[in-house]
Amino acid sequence: MSPPRPGAAGSRRARAVASRDLGRAGEDLAADWYAARGYALLDRNWRCALGEIDLVCSSGPVLVVCEVKSRSSDRFGVPAEAVGAAKQLRLRRLAARYVSERCIHPVRVRFDVASVLAGEVTVLTAAF
Amino acid sequence: MIASLRSATLLGVEGRPVTVEVHVSVGLPAFTIVGLPDAACREARDRVRAAFVSSGLAWPARRVTVNLAPSSLRKAGAGLDLAIAVGLLVATGEVDPGVVRDCAFLGELGLDGSLRPVAGALALVDATQARAVVCPAPSVAEARLVPGRSVLGARSLAEVRAALTGREPWPEIGAPEPGPAAAGAAGPVPDLASVRGQEVARRALEVAAAGGHHVLLVGPPGAGKTMLARCLPGLLPALAAPDALEVARVRSAAGLALSPLGPTALPPFRAPHHSCSPVALVGGGSTQLRPGELSLASGGVLFLDELGEFPTRVIEMLRQPLEDGSVLVTRAGASARLPARVLLVAATNPCPCGEGSERGACRCSPAMRARYTRRISAPLLDRFDLLVRVDRPSLRDLLGGESAEPSRAVARRVAEARRRATARGVRANAELADDRLEELTPLAAGARSLLSARIAAGELSARGLGRVRRVARTIADLAGADEEVGAEHVALALELRAGRAVFLGERGE
Repeated sequence: MSPPRPGAAGSRRARAVASRDLGRAGEDLAADWYAARGYALLDRNWRCALGEIDLVCSSGPVLVVCEVKSRSSDRFGVPAEAVGAAKQLRLRRLAARYVSERCIHPVRVRFDVASVLAGEVTVLTAAF
Repeated sequence: MIASLRSATLLGVEGRPVTVEVHVSVGLPAFTIVGLPDAACREARDRVRAAFVSSGLAWPARRVTVNLAPSSLRKAGAGLDLAIAVGLLVATGEVDPGVVRDCAFLGELGLDGSLRPVAGALALVDATQARAVVCPAPSVAEARLVPGRSVLGARSLAEVRAALTGREPWPEIGAPEPGPAAAGAAGPVPDLASVRGQEVARRALEVAAAGGHHVLLVGPPGAGKTMLARCLPGLLPALAAPDALEVARVRSAAGLALSPLGPTALPPFRAPHHSCSPVALVGGGSTQLRPGELSLASGGVLFLDELGEFPTRVIEMLRQPLEDGSVLVTRAGASARLPARVLLVAATNPCPCGEGSERGACRCSPAMRARYTRRISAPLLDRFDLLVRVDRPSLRDLLGGESAEPSRAVARRVAEARRRATARGVRANAELADDRLEELTPLAAGARSLLSARIAAGELSARGLGRVRRVARTIADLAGADEEVGAEHVALALELRAGRAVFLGERGE
């Protein structure tokens, strides 16, 4: 993707790029959070036909599927609010697909939501 | 953290205590309400959240669960909004739990954080088992009618929060301004002095008021039946304090405005239109069991104009409540006993064209007349002690100079007669038990022979005899005759039943 053209700061493309960078930075922060707590990072941005899992890590017998949501301000609510019922259902399906494709047999799957607001990361463990 | 608050919900004309539990925990931001809320109650989610934000309070971006206990009871309406909002303040540590321990909260929230009044505040405050009650400013006057509670009023969620955190004192809420809506719901009661002529009907109203006898007025259009009925509340004795409170409680539960001066001593007068549905008349509804016209008239007069036009199904529903003085409304989820102590006054035309009572003027065929009068069933007809024919006043009465007796004078006689009835242990003579009639209505010789002649002619049944004796007792009370019921009293009682012929004649009984 090309860098934003001068004078087009508010264009659709420029905003999409800014948003992608924000998301990428948020995922880095969340990955650091898990690493600092001794989790093993298994995958980042694992994709399949169903969609994408932001972070997959494990801690002993527990497989953690983490959705990272980043926002630069809470003008439209805190980031974690954006993980609605449809998104939760999608993550459950993705987790099932991940487990079967990787042929791993975790004792337990945990779904976390990492909420990144203006560079501050908050992880809701076992969010749903 | 968890918070538990007291509130109440309305069922019929009674409040039921409700405990509002609010749990705020870590998790995805969510707000769920459980515990059988109805649609309006479930929508508290969106109102409470908007009110929080509008009041400048931080919305907890955490998992919020609200439970309304007991969970088997259906919670109706928006009256629990304030309790839920305050519960959130406690659960998020904004307000000290000790402050709200002995306090109940009632009120609906607006999106701007303002507090709106709730229907049935009187009953709700009574139901909450708390020393203090916080309610919306417009409901304060009503809530203060309940003795033994300290009532705190507020206009908005921000005011409630400021007072609970001790930042500001509770606002002083005075008596509301007497608005046009609250001033006398039924309008002024007409005076009997303005009714011209109609000697028999006037006596019938006086007897009805004094003895609590149900009246059916039968006459052509324009005879003044409606006018006469509307005079009745002015003849009845003023309501005693507990009865006035009961009337206020029913009005409040129906969501009607109360008089700003407190419970009114004037007996209620309700005149539902004949398109009235069964539930609107006796009360009901699927969740809240709202009181109907019958309960709103309790303690006063229920006037059914054009009785023959009411669907049979609707008026037949009145039979049992008229006997019991209350009606038990039962639905799948709950049941409620609603008051139904009314003086029933009904008016009807004698036939479809309305001219039936004037000789030769009626254009209806006998079959039409029979069909019309048959709409009022014999069991219902039996509930009326007085069936009075009302004819159009004569030209002489209409233009005559002399004014009739005013309501005030009649009311004095009625009050005196009611006092005599109370001494017998009943509210009014209509409630006298059959087995006490012989003792309480001793008949003079003339009265006895008059009645036996009627019975012998087959014009009076055993049940009819009891009714005539009760009415005659009332007439004697009005005349100041303490002991025996005289022939003139019985004669008048029989005359006040003459309208029965209109119905029975057509049935060939």
